Amino acid sequence: MVIQVDDKGEVVVIQVKEERLDAHNSSELKARMLSLFEEDKNNILIDLNDVRFVDSSGLGALVSGFKNASARNGVLKLCGLQPQVKSMFELTRLHRVFEIFTDSSEALSSF
Amino acid sequence: MNETIEVDIKVPNQTRYLSLIGKIGEDVARTLKKFKGDREELAYHINMVLTEAMANAIIHANADDPSKEVHVKIHIREQELCIHVYDQGQGFDLSTPPKCKENSNKLDEHGRGIFIIHSLMDKVSYAPCSNGHVLEMIKNLK
Repeated sequence: MVIQVDDKGEVVVIQVKEERLDAHNSSELKARMLSLFEEDKNNILIDLNDVRFVDSSGLGALVSGFKNASARNGVLKLCGLQPQVKSMFELTRLHRVFEIFTDSSEALSSF
Repeated sequence: MNETIEVDIKVPNQTRYLSLIGKIGEDVARTLKKFKGDREELAYHINMVLTEAMANAIIHANADDPSKEVHVKIHIREQELCIHVYDQGQGFDLSTPPKCKENSNKLDEHGRGIFIIHSLMDKVSYAPCSNGHVLEMIKNLK
């Protein structure tokens, strides 16, 4: 899985550089987030701009990151959701759980 | 004009094939010129339910056993798109209470796949067949 991790000080930005986040690759994203939590980096922004497809495993990985960040007094936010990806968040009502921003600059200014 | 399409695929029991099968389903849905609704949305939903059904078959029913395989049939008749996903395992519980209702735990990490399939398809059933189980998912194209 291609992921770009940028440390912006208070916030770590993870750009998922894949067309799909699904049962084949979502465990890699989960593992990458866990390694950040172990380094005490608990404020995470996930940029999904390149992702056009997220299945229930991908959603589960993001929920896992959200819970881990919250448990460590941090926060996990999302940005760059394509319309069809956003529709899956709405179907599963996860749009009420995550803070979702249009792009990374808007999201970064919210931390 | 007759618009019957049948696609029959067998792939090894590995999640790396999710993308391939999902894209085939998406492309098949895009060919449905008679479909009056949003064809791009239908294509995306077919990709989604195929991905969810295949992942259930590979990881849960077939228990990640690399010696097994998953068999997928996509059949389009007049007004109906029918998908069968055959596994070679002990099955999984399709009747798991659908998540995502107002009173369910929004922060569960699992259980959304079956909910998504039920939400996007019109009829869903899961039954034993020779050598395993078959998940049938039907979408009305009217």
